[in-house]
Amino acid sequence: MSNLKWKTLVIALTTLVCLYGIIGLPKSKDELAANWEKNIKLGLDLKGGTLLVLQVQLQDAFKVEATTQIERIKEELNRQGIPFNAVDLDYEPKSLDDAEQTAVAVKGVPADRIAAFRSAMGELMPSWNLTGVTSTDYRLTMKTTEALELKRQTLEGAMQTIESRINGLGLAEASVQQRGGADSEAEILISLPGLDDPARVKAILQTAALLELYEVKGGPYPRQEDAYAANGGVLPLGTKLIRSAQRAGEQGEGWYLLARTPVITGRDLRDSRPMQDEFGKWETSFVLSQESKGRFGRFTEANINNRLAIVLDNQVRSAPVIQSRIEDQGRITGAYSQQDASDLALVLRAGSLPAGVQYLQESTVGPSLGADSIRQGLTAAAAGIGLVIVCMLIYYRASGINATVALILNAVLLVGVLSYLDAVLTLPGIAGIILLIGMAVDSNVLIFERIREELAAGKAVLAAIDNGFSKAFLTIIDTHVTTVVSCAFLFMFGTPAVRGFAVTLVIGLVANVFTAIFVSRAIFQWVVGRQRGKIALSI
Amino acid sequence: MELFKKTNIDFLGRKGIFYALSVVLLAAGVGSLVIKGGLKYGIDFTGGANVSIRFAEPPPIDKIRSAVSSKIAGEISVQEVSTEHEVIISTVLDTSLDAAGQEKAVQEARGLIVEAMTEAFGSAGGKLDFNNAGTAALIERLREPFQRAAIGISDQELERLARGMTEYRNSPPRSGLIQSFDELKAVDGVTPAMIEVLKQECSLAPFGIRGAEVVGPKIGRELRNKAVLATVYALGGMLVYIAFRFEWIYGLAAVIAVIHDVLITLGLFSIFDKEISLNVVAALLTLVGYSMNDTIVVFDRIRETLKLSRRDPFLKVVNDSINQTLSRTVITSGLTFITALALLLFGGPVLNGFSFALVAGILVGTYSSIFIASPILVFWYRLVEERKQRKK
Repeated sequence: MSNLKWKTLVIALTTLVCLYGIIGLPKSKDELAANWEKNIKLGLDLKGGTLLVLQVQLQDAFKVEATTQIERIKEELNRQGIPFNAVDLDYEPKSLDDAEQTAVAVKGVPADRIAAFRSAMGELMPSWNLTGVTSTDYRLTMKTTEALELKRQTLEGAMQTIESRINGLGLAEASVQQRGGADSEAEILISLPGLDDPARVKAILQTAALLELYEVKGGPYPRQEDAYAANGGVLPLGTKLIRSAQRAGEQGEGWYLLARTPVITGRDLRDSRPMQDEFGKWETSFVLSQESKGRFGRFTEANINNRLAIVLDNQVRSAPVIQSRIEDQGRITGAYSQQDASDLALVLRAGSLPAGVQYLQESTVGPSLGADSIRQGLTAAAAGIGLVIVCMLIYYRASGINATVALILNAVLLVGVLSYLDAVLTLPGIAGIILLIGMAVDSNVLIFERIREELAAGKAVLAAIDNGFSKAFLTIIDTHVTTVVSCAFLFMFGTPAVRGFAVTLVIGLVANVFTAIFVSRAIFQWVVGRQRGKIALSI
Repeated sequence: MELFKKTNIDFLGRKGIFYALSVVLLAAGVGSLVIKGGLKYGIDFTGGANVSIRFAEPPPIDKIRSAVSSKIAGEISVQEVSTEHEVIISTVLDTSLDAAGQEKAVQEARGLIVEAMTEAFGSAGGKLDFNNAGTAALIERLREPFQRAAIGISDQELERLARGMTEYRNSPPRSGLIQSFDELKAVDGVTPAMIEVLKQECSLAPFGIRGAEVVGPKIGRELRNKAVLATVYALGGMLVYIAFRFEWIYGLAAVIAVIHDVLITLGLFSIFDKEISLNVVAALLTLVGYSMNDTIVVFDRIRETLKLSRRDPFLKVVNDSINQTLSRTVITSGLTFITALALLLFGGPVLNGFSFALVAGILVGTYSSIFIASPILVFWYRLVEERKQRKK
C-alpha cells in the first residue's frame, strides 16, 4: 500500500469513529436527531436549569452536641451526688469558623469533690477536654480529632439527606457533589438541569424536617408569659415551651408546654405520603418503623384522652387528643396545597438535616434563555465558519478547498471527542469552538504562506510543499502549546461553564494538529499525485 | 490572490509613533479608570443578585424600580438590555451589614425581586401565572379542573400536554412570554375546551423571568481570587515555555506585550462602561493565548532568519522577519477577527462582554506582537552589544 493510501485509511477511520460518536448508526431522520441529542450533552446554561451552592452550617451540630452533653452532665452529677451551681453553654458558635470553640461550663463544683468530678467527667465524656478555669469552675471543649469527626459525619449526613431529597424530586441528571477546596469543604454544589422552579427546590432543601412527637403537659397558652404564670413562674422539671406554627385561617400563635424528650422522632419513620382528608384538605400521613411501633403503642395506650404534639422544625403543627391506642400511623394536618403536602412527605422520607444550610450561590437559566443562547451561539458559529471559508476560497483558490476540508474535519473531530468524553457543551464552549475556527485556520495560513514563499523563491512544487509543512510545523506546535497552557489554568480555576470553554479549546487544538498538518498534507499529496507532466499548484 | 508582495516596511524605524499610540491608549484607559473609580465588576466578583425579566411591551422602568425599591432596602439598579424588552434588575451588596447578614440579604434578594414584580404586574385572584409557571406546577394546577370540565385525559397525556405548552411558550419568537391563551392552539393536542379551562385557572403576567444569578460575597471573593490566580499562573506558564523554547528575553518581551494588551483591553472596558464578569476573564485569558500566538510566529521567524543570515544587524533581521510574516499576520488576524465579530454581532447578550474582549484583544494583540514585543528584543540586543563594546 502506498503512503497516501495509508494516510487516507487513517483519516477515514478517525472520521468514521468520530461521526459514530456523534450520531451513532441512525436508520431514520428521527433517530439521527435523537442520537445527536443523546450524545451532545448541553450544559445548564444552554439547556436551562439551576445550579445551587449551599453551605452546611456545621456549627449547628456542635450546638446540638453541646446541649445534649449538658443534660447528660447534669444527670450524671446528680446521680453521683456531686454538687454544682450550673452547667451551661459557655461558648455558642456563631459561624463555621468558630464551631470547634463550642464550650460547656460547669460551675460551682466544691474543691473537695474535684477528684470525683474529674473521674466522672473522664468516664462520661472521653471525647472532651476538661480544663479548670477557677478552683470551682470548669470548661469542656471537644478534642480536635473528635471535632473533625463530628464535622465529617455532619457533612456526610447532610449530603445523604440532600441527595435523597433531590432524588425524591425525580429530576433526571441532577447531581449533588462536595465542592472541595481549602475553605469550602462544607459546601455542596447541586446541579439541576431542566429545573424551572428553583424556589420550590430551595425550600425543600432548606427545611430541616426534624419531626418529633411529644407528650403535651399543658397549654396552649396565648403568650409565653401566660405559660410561666400558669406554672408559678418556673417551668416544671423536664418540660419545655414550644410555639405553634401559625397557619392561614387560624387565630394567633400559641405556646405549648411539652415533655422535654420526644416519644418519637423522624428517625422512627418508615414512610410518609400526601393524602386528602374527608373534606378534601391535604395532609401528610406517616407510618412508624417496626422498632418504634411497640413504644408508640404503649405510650398512646397509657395517655388516652391526653394530647400529643406533632412538632416539625421546632414548631407545633398540631396537638390532637389521643382517642385510642395508635400502633404506627399518624398524620400532619394543615397543608396549603397538594404540593405542600407532598413536599413535606418527601422531606420526611428523606430524613432530617443534621445541620442547617445556607445558600451561597444560585444560578438559574430559564429554558427560554437557554434556547435563545443556543440559537445565537449557533448563528454566530455558522456566520464565523461561513465567512472564514469564503475568505480562504477567495485568497487561496483551490488550496482554499483543502483548508475548508481540514476545518470541517477539525470541527467533526472536536465534537466527536467531546461526545466520547461525555463532556458538556456550554455557551462559553460554543464560543471556544468559534475561536478555534480562527486558530485552526491560522495553522493553514502559516503553512500556505510558507509554501507561497518557497514557490516565490523558485522551488519546485513538491519541495515547496515539503518545506512549507516542515518549517511551519514548529511554529504551530509552539503557538498551540502556549494556548494549551493558558487553558490548563482556566480549567483549574474556572467555573463549570468556563471549564467547558477550556476543554473545548484544548481538544480542538489537538485535533487541529492532526487536520492542519496530517490531513491537509495528504490532500496536497493527492492533488499533486494526480497530475501528469508539469506539476502546478493553485494557491 | 495576494495582499502583500514582498513588503519591506521599516516597522522598527517608526516605533516612536507606535509607542506614542500605545501610551495614548493606555493613558485613556487609566484616565477612564480614575474618573470612574475603577473597573465595573459583575456580580460574579462583587457578590449580589440579578434577575433578568422580559416584558411583552417596552418595560416601565420607573414602575419596576419603585416596586423593587419598596421590597429591598439597599441600592438597586434596573437596566434595560437589548431591544427585546428585557431588563436586568440587580442589587448591590450592602456594606453596612456583617458577613452573615450580607449572605442572607443577597440570597433573599432574588425572591423579593420576583415578589415585587408579581405584586406590581402579576396575576390577581389566586390564578396561576402561566408565563412564570414550571411544568410541574402547571400539571398540578390543571389536573382537577380538567376532570371537572370532563376533559378525560390520562396523567401521561396531561404531562405531555403541559410540557408541550411550556415548550411552546419558551421557544422563540415568544421566548418565555405568551400574550393570549389562544396562542396555545398551535400546541399539538390542545383543544378549545382546554383553553377555556386555562383561561379560568391561569393568568398571563406581562413579564417572564428569564434567569437569575445570585452570588454570595464569599463565593464572589473566591471567584475573584481564582481569576487573578489563573491570569498570573497562565502568564507565568507561558513565560517559562517561551524562555525554554527561545531565550528568556523572548519570554519576557512576549509577556510584556501581553500585559500591554490586557491593560489596554481593560481600559476599553472602562471607557465603554462594560462589566468584568467571569466570562470576560476567560476571554482575557484567551486573548493572552492569542497574542502570544502572534508574537511566537514573529519570534520563530526571527530565530530562523538569525541562523540564515548571521552577518545582518539584529535590527534588520527583526524587520525582515516582521515583513516576511506580515501577510500571515494580517490574514490570520483578519479571519480570527471576523469570527470574533460574528460572536459579538450574533452571540447574544450573555456573550457580549466575552466577544467584546476578543474583538478588542485581537486588534491590540496583533499590533503588540509587531510594535511592542519585537522592539523590546531589539532594545535588549542593542544594550548587550553596547556593553560588549564598552568592555573592549
